[in-house]
Amino acid sequence: MTGHRMRRASLSALAAAGLIAAMAGCSGGPGEQAAAATQAGPGGPFRLFDTNGATVTEQTLKGKPYAMFFGFTRCPDVCPTTMSKMALLHKRLGADAEKMNIVFVSVDPEHDKKEDIASFLSMFDAPMIGLTGSQAELDKMAAAYKVYVERVPLPNGDYTIDHTARILLFDREGQFAERMDAAEPEGRAVARLKRLIHA
Amino acid sequence: MTYRMLLTLAAVVAVPASAQDVRSGSLTVTSPWSRATAPRATVGAGFLTIRNGDAQADRLVSVTSPRAERVEIHAMSMKNGVMRMRPLANGVTVPPQRATTLAPGGNHLMLMGLKAPLKAGERVPVTLRFARAGLVTTQLVVGSAGAAAPMGSHEGHH
Repeated sequence: MTGHRMRRASLSALAAAGLIAAMAGCSGGPGEQAAAATQAGPGGPFRLFDTNGATVTEQTLKGKPYAMFFGFTRCPDVCPTTMSKMALLHKRLGADAEKMNIVFVSVDPEHDKKEDIASFLSMFDAPMIGLTGSQAELDKMAAAYKVYVERVPLPNGDYTIDHTARILLFDREGQFAERMDAAEPEGRAVARLKRLIHA
Repeated sequence: MTYRMLLTLAAVVAVPASAQDVRSGSLTVTSPWSRATAPRATVGAGFLTIRNGDAQADRLVSVTSPRAERVEIHAMSMKNGVMRMRPLANGVTVPPQRATTLAPGGNHLMLMGLKAPLKAGERVPVTLRFARAGLVTTQLVVGSAGAAAPMGSHEGHH
């Protein structure tokens, strides 16, 4: 294990501890709150910024259901494949397409500036919301959204990011609905999204 | 017989015959392709099939391209919904009388330090170095950003 990974891990632990402490301060005992946090589905508050630099929180996204994917722009395979699939599904939704949002969260703030995310999303033929934020904010979000993210140094001095490659679906209230695999057959995926839109 | 089965059959029976297919001794490299990259992207992927008609195994050891600072051979795995990518330090082995495919969702070439983005429709030269067959130069045909298969194939985006 490298020093950087250790640092990330301990930062996440600190963030998680801070979150639990903050929650404990509101009501109930820490044990009770921690148990509730582990039982809840993915989701919760976050504070990121979009490709225009505007702040986006879970409140901003309320009003329409959304499909959220965590990735990074230098991911050569699963990220473009997934976003391309989302663009295709968006098209298949027809008149329902505008009733939902597609959200891409970059978990690589070290490399991905808002311009890189905008550039990446411009490759796909559907409107998409690109988000990122500080490492601390992203670590907190990954924990709350139960998304695995790990920066892995490569022998060439660069790094890659292991990450959860499932799409998270949320209803218009921002409540987690279900996970979706990018490889899911088109018809089933469209039906799922329509259910979410018409729920 | 279902349409899907027909497609599968067609894919197996069809002999790929594109200008990019190259042969070196008993080794054939077919359907080399890539995906368009974003305007600010510095990495791209490469996919292809290597057929080894020889009685001995060969190995893709390294790759270079004038379009990238370096090209690496990577493995991608998906376990419990988590994507992991790792360089293959020893390259990719092509067993005797077999084909090995570098394809989305699995092993792939990673073009790093792109000097300019890859645009759909263009051809990107790559030189593959094999342990036995030596150097083989071909061109990756660039498809759309989310293409699942090389252009013109049954599974490609139309």
